[in-house]
Amino acid sequence: MSLRKEHELHGRRYGRNLGVGLTLAAFIVIVFSLTIVKVSRGDFQVVPSEQVQN
Amino acid sequence: MTDASINASTQSQTQGYEDEASFGDYFALLKPRVMSLVVFTAFVGLVAAPVSVHPVVGFCAILFIAIGGGASGALNMWWDADIDRIMKRTKGRPIPSGKVQEGEALSLGLALSGMSVIMLALATNLFAGLFLAFTIFFYVVIYSMWLKRSTPQNIVIGGAAGAFPPVIGWIAATGSMAVEPWLMFALVFMWTPPHFWALALFMRSDYDDAGVPMLTVTHGRRATRVHILIYTALLALLAVGASFSDIGGPIYLTVAVVLNAMFLHGAWKISRRNEDDSEADNFKVERSFFKLSLLYLFLHFGAILAEAVLKPYGLGGWS
Repeated sequence: MSLRKEHELHGRRYGRNLGVGLTLAAFIVIVFSLTIVKVSRGDFQVVPSEQVQN
Repeated sequence: MTDASINASTQSQTQGYEDEASFGDYFALLKPRVMSLVVFTAFVGLVAAPVSVHPVVGFCAILFIAIGGGASGALNMWWDADIDRIMKRTKGRPIPSGKVQEGEALSLGLALSGMSVIMLALATNLFAGLFLAFTIFFYVVIYSMWLKRSTPQNIVIGGAAGAFPPVIGWIAATGSMAVEPWLMFALVFMWTPPHFWALALFMRSDYDDAGVPMLTVTHGRRATRVHILIYTALLALLAVGASFSDIGGPIYLTVAVVLNAMFLHGAWKISRRNEDDSEADNFKVERSFFKLSLLYLFLHFGAILAEAVLKPYGLGGWS
C-alpha cells in the first residue's frame, strides 16, 4: 500500500485559496482603476462655493 | 510506523472533510445562470440610457449589479435549503449536497450584498446603490421569505426582482428615472410567469413535493395552461408596443413581431393540450416553449441593444 502525500482534498483547498486570492487581486485592480478614472475626471473636486462655505 | 498505519492515519485526518467545498461550490451559490441574465439586462439598460458612461465605470456598475444579484441568490439558497433538499431540480445545489453549510451561504450572501451596494453607490451614484439594495431586499424578503411559500402568485410578483436589473443599469448611467427602463422592466416582469409555469408543467411533482404553492399545485395544470396563454398574449402586446417607444426601432419591431408570433403559437399549443398528450411525448411542447422563452428574452434585449448601439450612427430607433 503506497502512501499518498497529496490527498485530493489538498488540491481542492489549493484551488479554493487560489480562487480567493485571485478574487481579492481582481478587487484591488478594480478599485484602483475606478479611483484613477474618478480622480482624472475630477469627480472628487470640491466645488468653489463649497470651499467658500468651508 | 508502517505504510498501512500512516495511510490509516491520513484517512482519519481527512475524514469529515471529504465534502469540503471547492471554490466552484461557493460560486454556484451565486446562481451563475441567473447572474448571466442580470448581467445582460443590466448592460442593455446601461447602454440604452441616453448618456455616455466611462467604460471602467460601466464595467464596475455591471459587475456590482451582478454581485448583488449573486448575493441575493446565495441568500435565497440559505433560506430555501429545506425545500431544495426535496426538489429534484435543486438537490445538487451546494447546500443540499452537503458541500456548503447554511451559515456559510448566509454570511457570503450578506457580505456580498453589503459590498455590492456600497461599491455600486461609490462607482456610480447613491440612487443606483439604494435601488440595488431594494432589489436584494425584494428578492430575499418579499419573494423568497414571504410570497414563494404563501401564494400561487409568487412567480408573478416575485418576478419583479429579476426585472429590476435594466432599471438599475439605467439609473447607474443617468442617476435618474425614466419611462424606458420601466418598459424593459415590464418585458422581463411579464415574461417571467409563462417561463416558470412552463417549467412547472414539465417538472411535475417537484413543487408539489416541496409544498411550494405553484399555480400547477393550487389551481391545477389546466388553469396553468390557460394562464400561460393569457400572460403570453399580454406580453406580446407589451413587447410589440414597446417597438414604438424610444428603446424600439425597426430592428426591435422585426424581432418582436417574429418572436411574439412564435411565442403565442407555443402558448396556444400548450393551452390546447391535455395531460395525456403531454405525457405521451414527454412534455415536448412545454419543453420547447421553455427553451424558446430563453431565446425570446435574449433576442428582445439584444434588439434593444442593437438599436441603442446604432443610434449614434443615425441607424437605430425611428429617427
